Amino acid sequence: MIRFETVSKRYDTGYEALARVDFEVEAGEMLFLTGHSGAGKSTLMKLILLMEQPSNGHVFVDGHHLERMPKSQIPYFRRNIGVVFQNHQLLFDRTVYDNVALPLQVAGYPHQEIGKRVRAALDKVDLLDKERNNPMTLSGGEQQRVGIARAVVNKPTLLLADEPTGNLDPELSNEIMTLFRQFNEVGTTVMIATHDIELLKRMNKRVLGLVQGKLVHDGVLW
Amino acid sequence: MKSNRPSKPERRPNRMGASVNTRNDRPRRDPPPRTENSRPQGAVQSQMSWRDKFDAWSAHHSNSAIESLLRMLGTPLQSLMTWLVIAIAIALPAALFVVFSNVQQIGQSWQDSSQISVFLKKDATANQAQELRSRWAKRPDVAQATYVSPEQALEEFKLGSGLGELANHLDENPLPAVILVKPKIGGNAPDALTSLQQALVADPLVADVRLDMLWVKRLHQFITVAERFVVALAGLLALGVLLVIGNTIRMAIENRRDEIVVVKLVGATDAYVRRPFLYTGLWYGVGGGIVAAILLAVGFWWLSTPVTQLADLYQSSFRLQGLGFIESLQLILIAGLTGLVGAWIAVARHLYQIQPR
Repeated sequence: MIRFETVSKRYDTGYEALARVDFEVEAGEMLFLTGHSGAGKSTLMKLILLMEQPSNGHVFVDGHHLERMPKSQIPYFRRNIGVVFQNHQLLFDRTVYDNVALPLQVAGYPHQEIGKRVRAALDKVDLLDKERNNPMTLSGGEQQRVGIARAVVNKPTLLLADEPTGNLDPELSNEIMTLFRQFNEVGTTVMIATHDIELLKRMNKRVLGLVQGKLVHDGVLW
Repeated sequence: MKSNRPSKPERRPNRMGASVNTRNDRPRRDPPPRTENSRPQGAVQSQMSWRDKFDAWSAHHSNSAIESLLRMLGTPLQSLMTWLVIAIAIALPAALFVVFSNVQQIGQSWQDSSQISVFLKKDATANQAQELRSRWAKRPDVAQATYVSPEQALEEFKLGSGLGELANHLDENPLPAVILVKPKIGGNAPDALTSLQQALVADPLVADVRLDMLWVKRLHQFITVAERFVVALAGLLALGVLLVIGNTIRMAIENRRDEIVVVKLVGATDAYVRRPFLYTGLWYGVGGGIVAAILLAVGFWWLSTPVTQLADLYQSSFRLQGLGFIESLQLILIAGLTGLVGAWIAVARHLYQIQPR
């Protein structure tokens, strides 16, 4: 599903975010990405999403060699990837429903289909009763769940989450993790960046550890 | 929270209610190119038919059109000011164009006066004059030649001048025979007129040739200058409209930066992101065009009464012609297109700078 071949990323400023990173993720896996802030977690995710291009090496996602992907194909490629951000990236000028519907509208789904899928996604994250609310009126945990609903509404093959539990207390972050595990159980590849060591111990999954752009750990913790 | 994600139906009813296979035998517009190690996609991306795609595409068009219009009407004062700026920039050259075409209309009747009056010598007989007339009529640069006998000229003078009483008291007819020559080239080629005039005056029967050349020349030059002036002004003001709309769209893009980043991240194509802004530009142009058409209609209506009175004083049947219905529609169409182009330029300049980071 994801393959990194000696991938390095050096920014224009000279800062080296990733240095010769090699790893492979099978389809249907669930894994974590950890490291201090600045260790390269976000850069790695941006490379997968084609928000950045590697300076060296090759990235393959879902069979696509990303370097060779024409610009015009990037939107269609991104429709196969769901992304959850730490800061949610919700739009506060529209309802929860419209936020979640966005990926489907963009992909051009028919109206009735959008309704069905959005409600299914909101039902999944237990926010069906809030569909008419503005996300501004929701709590942090609820906003994060709206973000997750938006990420999965398109039924992506790959789900990326950047610090999805960053601002949440342990109980809420457990709920979120349960959600991710459920998506993984139905076949979605899930990759979660976090620096929450306690969480990693509890989940007992494969962990990629980054230190200053280098991959120093690959496997289950403890 | 529920533990089971609803499994994807294999067959999805289309909007006619029939069940179609959405998996295999439907054309897809956007298959990302697959390489050899790709796998069949399981519970993913349901594939949409062409018809669904088209429906979604046209739905997004109408959505963008309506939404951008509503956004514009949501800030009425701001929009009205933009419309007014555009309207003034459009109304100015349009008004000049209308005035100019009115002048041309007067010019047309003046160009008739570019007919050449050839006065014959007193001793020329009617037969000689008729023969001369038919000879001239065959010239390639002459459209028409008419013989006016001294008697006819006197009659016309009596009727036209209002001095009929005076003419009745004359002992003999003081008027010479005249041949009226209408040149083919008209007032647009003063040089050709001059050479024709020289050819006519060379005949021994001719006493004098009258042609108000200066008028024709001046009018011709005036029309040329006015034409260029209006074109230049229209070009400059169109550029102004482009800049105004471009700037307005640029601000609209800035205001919606977050939204653009998010839709790009969830897989919006450039065309999708561009669409609402192009419609915004179109509406600004169309709105400006409508206001301009109203300004022109009111302005010409306001002018028409005094112009009519003035024309009547000169015994002229000239009437000020404002913009007709079709011309107003054309004006609005041109304004709309200018708005669209302005938006396109702004979008091309600014939209691609906004990339998810």
